[in-house]
Amino acid sequence: MTLWVWIIGASVAAYAVKLLGYLVPRRWMDNERMTRIAGTMTIGLLASLTAVNALGTGQALAIDARLGSLVASAVALLLRAPFLVVVIVGAAVAAGLRLLGWG
Amino acid sequence: MSEVSLRRSPAFRVGLSIAVATGLYGVSFGALGVAAGLSVLQTIALSLLMFTGGSQFAFIGVIAGGGSGAAAAAAATLLGVRNAVYGMQLNALLGPRGWRRFAAAQITIDESTATASGQSEHLEQRRGFWTAGLGVFVLWNIFTAVGALAGDALGDPKQWGLDGAAVAAFLGLLWPRLKGREPAAIAVVCALATVLAVPFLPPGVPILVAAVVAAVLGWVSHARSASGRAMEMEGLEPDLDPYRHREEGQ
Repeated sequence: MTLWVWIIGASVAAYAVKLLGYLVPRRWMDNERMTRIAGTMTIGLLASLTAVNALGTGQALAIDARLGSLVASAVALLLRAPFLVVVIVGAAVAAGLRLLGWG
Repeated sequence: MSEVSLRRSPAFRVGLSIAVATGLYGVSFGALGVAAGLSVLQTIALSLLMFTGGSQFAFIGVIAGGGSGAAAAAAATLLGVRNAVYGMQLNALLGPRGWRRFAAAQITIDESTATASGQSEHLEQRRGFWTAGLGVFVLWNIFTAVGALAGDALGDPKQWGLDGAAVAAFLGLLWPRLKGREPAAIAVVCALATVLAVPFLPPGVPILVAAVVAAVLGWVSHARSASGRAMEMEGLEPDLDPYRHREEGQ
């Protein structure tokens, strides 16, 4: 039940942040440093989420089939595969490695 | 500067194709949401209400790792900050008034911003924004529901490699933003900071540590460079280029 509270809260926050761009005077947002930080934070968060989902298991680190997914999806991205194909490759490699008894 | 009809409008066509391509991968969000432990309804609610792909994936990514709802909400909100910058750009470009401004805000995402800003005429910018935004909204929500119901029927998500699919999804969201040496360096530093923090902090919190590290890096590198706008926009170009195939296609 409490998860619902966070889902609604985070959704309200997401909308408020979007609306902020339309409502605040332009000079507030047209600040090079803030724009720069919004950009680096986007990169940092996505890199962090990639790492945590590949290696984290609760409060421990683990090397398992997900590492195979990481490598395989990087190869797919290098080959310019579309997003959905990359995701399917990630799933297939993890499932395949587990079928072979690893991770 | 004669107006082209909607059917022949390049922005309308590009907006539609973006809507189909992006909408389809709502399937992966739906399936991964359920695999992360959310109910079908909670997964659908995220697509309907939050409606910004990166933040939605961040939310379920934190929950999947055992993180708290608070950490999930914080990560999702921070990842949505770029939408404020898009909103500012679109406000300057389209200047929606009245209720349209509030509707425009909800569909202010990577795809609608990229489609609008790729056009030079005002009418085409407007068509591009609304076509891509509303198109993605409708299809993303339909395919989220399809994915969530399918994921729910699949059973053990690990057996299907859905945890590996989540890893691939995050790398796929990150990849287009890694243009140049500095974004790549920021990504590596933040990934390392996360991995180092995992054993010492509750699940989900290491992701927020990485956000702080990234913000500090942005602050410092901005202070260091007196230079132009190219660097400042890193990571903020929407994560796709809807007009990539246009030259070849015509």
